[in-house]
Amino acid sequence: MFDRRLLTHFDWGLLLVVLIIAGLGILNLISVTSSWTTPTAPFSLKQLSWLGGGLVIVSIICAIDYRRLEYLAFFLYAGNLLLLLLVLLIGRTSMGATRWLDLKFFNLQPSELMKIVIIITLACFFSRNEQVRGFAFRDLWMPFTLLALPALLIMKQPDLGTAMIVLMIGASMALFAGSQPATLSGLGLLAGGAATGGWFLLHDYQKQRILTFLNPESDPLGSGYHIIQSKIAVGSGGFWGKGFMKGTQSQLSFLPERHTDFAFSVFAEEWGFFGCVVLLALFLLLVIWGLNVSRQASTRFGMFLAFGVSAMLFFHIVINLGMVIGLLPVVGVPLPLFSYGGTSMITTMTGVGLLLNVSMRRFKF
Amino acid sequence: MNRDFPFDWQALPQNRKRYVLASLAATVVFLLLLLRLWQLQIISDEYYRTLSEKNRTRYIPIAAQRGRIFDRDGRLLADNRPAFNVTVLRQEVEDPELLLDRLSRFLSVDREELLKRWNAGKRLPRYRPIPLAWDVDRKTLEEIMENAVDLPGVLMETRPVRSFPLGSIAPHFLGYLGEITEKELGLPEFENYRPGDVVGKAGLEKYLEAILCGIDGERRVEVDVKGKSMRILKTQNPQPGNQVFLTLQASLQQVAEQAFDGQAGAAVVINVHSGEILAITSQPTFDPAQFARGLTTSEWRDLQTNPLKPLQNRAISGQYPPGSIFKIVTALAALKAGVATPSTRVTCKGATTVGDHTFRCWKRWGHGPTDLHKALKESCDVWFYKVALDVGIDNIAAMARELGLGSALGLPVGMEKSGLIPDRNWKRKRYGKSWYLGETLNAAIGQGYILTTPLQLATMIAAIANGGTVYRPHIIKHIENNGHQTMQSVEPEILHQAALPAFALDAVREGLEAVVNEPGGTAWRSRLDELPYAGKTGTSQVVKLRDDSRDEKLIPYRFRDHALFAAYAPAQKPEIAVAVVVEHGSHGSSAAAPIAKAIIAHYFGLDKQTPTSQNTTGE
Repeated sequence: MFDRRLLTHFDWGLLLVVLIIAGLGILNLISVTSSWTTPTAPFSLKQLSWLGGGLVIVSIICAIDYRRLEYLAFFLYAGNLLLLLLVLLIGRTSMGATRWLDLKFFNLQPSELMKIVIIITLACFFSRNEQVRGFAFRDLWMPFTLLALPALLIMKQPDLGTAMIVLMIGASMALFAGSQPATLSGLGLLAGGAATGGWFLLHDYQKQRILTFLNPESDPLGSGYHIIQSKIAVGSGGFWGKGFMKGTQSQLSFLPERHTDFAFSVFAEEWGFFGCVVLLALFLLLVIWGLNVSRQASTRFGMFLAFGVSAMLFFHIVINLGMVIGLLPVVGVPLPLFSYGGTSMITTMTGVGLLLNVSMRRFKF
Repeated sequence: MNRDFPFDWQALPQNRKRYVLASLAATVVFLLLLLRLWQLQIISDEYYRTLSEKNRTRYIPIAAQRGRIFDRDGRLLADNRPAFNVTVLRQEVEDPELLLDRLSRFLSVDREELLKRWNAGKRLPRYRPIPLAWDVDRKTLEEIMENAVDLPGVLMETRPVRSFPLGSIAPHFLGYLGEITEKELGLPEFENYRPGDVVGKAGLEKYLEAILCGIDGERRVEVDVKGKSMRILKTQNPQPGNQVFLTLQASLQQVAEQAFDGQAGAAVVINVHSGEILAITSQPTFDPAQFARGLTTSEWRDLQTNPLKPLQNRAISGQYPPGSIFKIVTALAALKAGVATPSTRVTCKGATTVGDHTFRCWKRWGHGPTDLHKALKESCDVWFYKVALDVGIDNIAAMARELGLGSALGLPVGMEKSGLIPDRNWKRKRYGKSWYLGETLNAAIGQGYILTTPLQLATMIAAIANGGTVYRPHIIKHIENNGHQTMQSVEPEILHQAALPAFALDAVREGLEAVVNEPGGTAWRSRLDELPYAGKTGTSQVVKLRDDSRDEKLIPYRFRDHALFAAYAPAQKPEIAVAVVVEHGSHGSSAAAPIAKAIIAHYFGLDKQTPTSQNTTGE
């Protein structure tokens, strides 16, 4: 079963980009946590072990031909939907949100899993349904339903960030599959309407976040604190930054969530504009590399799969950076490979595994 | 079933276009992010850098030592001592209820009171400790230190407060300090002050605030988000306030204050050749140390409700009819106008009648034939009634003003009152009525509308002593910086030069000398054998009593006459002028003159000789 050509076609470049970004993330984490006194293992070591775990997952995924996933898509989707329902029923609640299933040895976050599963599901759908002149409205009810069900369930948790990511992945994949111009504008209108209507469905804290984003100075010590402190951290970095472990905003704990969602602001403070350009270039390289994998895929399924993963990475990066530098409201979206956290690392590495998988099987034989 | 592509469709231009579009879109979005980073990190770099500096640095003020206040000979009147305040750092307190409970036992302050202070302190920035008790004594301090483990977050802060090495010296003039009010904080002169700062609230402390306050130092400390200081970045030492030397003479001041022996009144001693105030007191007084420590509510209420009004500064804002002291003015006016000479004789039969009013002399049976010398010496009213009719109120008022009465003398400390010298014009404006002749008679002996402050009386008698020069009384001698260099020294300032004919002045002086030094003079009993001095007694009516045969002691306190005395010493070549008012002291001769005598005796060192002479007789 194992083909030696798979190794020769292995996409080492992609893995290298991933490892460099993750390495920078760990370096950043060392700086963030240098002033912390933790009795347990340091965060950087933990993150390193998550990265190791991620690499194991990557190799497992690579070992299995991605094309087999196409047949599993329905079961994966149905199973994940069931898990999302279970979360709402018996999930573990923490900080006002019910997102986790307690599996004794670790907490499973089905919404995170859904990011990958929706990619597989939609890739499966779009690879099987081809419309030469693009999709019309009536052709899209199926993927729309596939997308709406998990999105609503995740919204209910509530987890606006993840729901948005799932929706955006789906929308971009539909867009990529191609649709008729009329459908496109119709969908645009629908999205606008949904956003307006959605405002009334939002929780108060979510509304507050959006209002705060529009005017953070209105509540500098309350809900605006994150954005203001983050902008101060990023802005005070200047061109060359304050230097490794010398960022006062993070070292003196002014920056909240600085090892997770706001890790980038620490990086920006300590490495300055120069460092940001390097990191952003690496991230862009990762996204475009993903698109390239999609372009060279040997099957339509692989093409959509790789595109979906690229979209997932792209939206994570853009939403997180946008939030950290005050362009988008604060939604809890981590920066892939960079923010501390096992869940994010596993999801991202699964995506990377899929990309590598599609990439190494790009030749038809 | 794995569907294979019918042809290599990915090479189709349409699909190629999609990838180009997708990559382009991703690149554009990333460029937008980069643009934003450029804006934050390159364009607004300065702005955010400042904000991050502000975030991490705290300026902790170090209070400057307030400038010290000395008397003219360099004796320390107002010093600073450390006071220990008990404060609590909010973020280290987990259970405020419990902590306040425990503290209330150590401090013996009500729990409710502590809670009030705690809540008031919550308005302070998070890193500022909340003050809960001020100036606690050493024993309490030690108890709290010993139990520090049970009192998390409790800190000791030392803060300089005023101390008074010689005790209470002229507290009405030294003034006191208090916490700056919100209203004051809004004023331009307090722009460098912070809430919680202590400023002069009254007296010299208030007037010289800018000179005494010094420059606070500060410590720049790097703090973390909880306000915990991580390290000291820079310390700038405070600069103590300047030293102020007053014209007061501490020992003379003490003698003057003690001489009142609990009576209400005021005494002023000035140098006749410069207007320097050597001693000035208002009685009863208050304890400035109480203010320094912080008054309790009941102490404040006591001061406010005391019928003798200890907070009032009688020396400059108490206005009294001068009584017979004013006869000096009447005499000078008459002599200058030429309506009388020193030898003008009037026969006093105990009263005179003008129209249908009878004006009595204080001596029921009269003084008999009286000239100026005797009129001043025995304070005969009738002589002055007679000459006043000839000279008229306007001439008398003009002379009074020439001698500094009737308007404020411009002492910048405290609230100086102007007194009142009435004349025809004034009455017309004030009451819309014309002047009655009888009122001239009342004015001639310092009664009626006339009001003077003790400071004005001292200035007036000083002008008599020095030949007519009215100096602006002043209490600040000079101000030194911390390098003992004089920054500012107050020179004598002549307010006015009264035009007094020499003969008139000589005649009046001679009369004043007789008051003290000749038997029968109203102040004869208060003479100093070693040092002849000159003066004039006064008694000012508080209410007109119909039956003057009643025993003085039976008259209720508040209806008793004020006793006044103005003097200069020595009679020849005078140096100092003294004015004394004893409220409801009945007679100038019996109540006020002895105080002036004690002051003069001390100034010329005569009170110290008594024990020495006893020693010599003993051996």
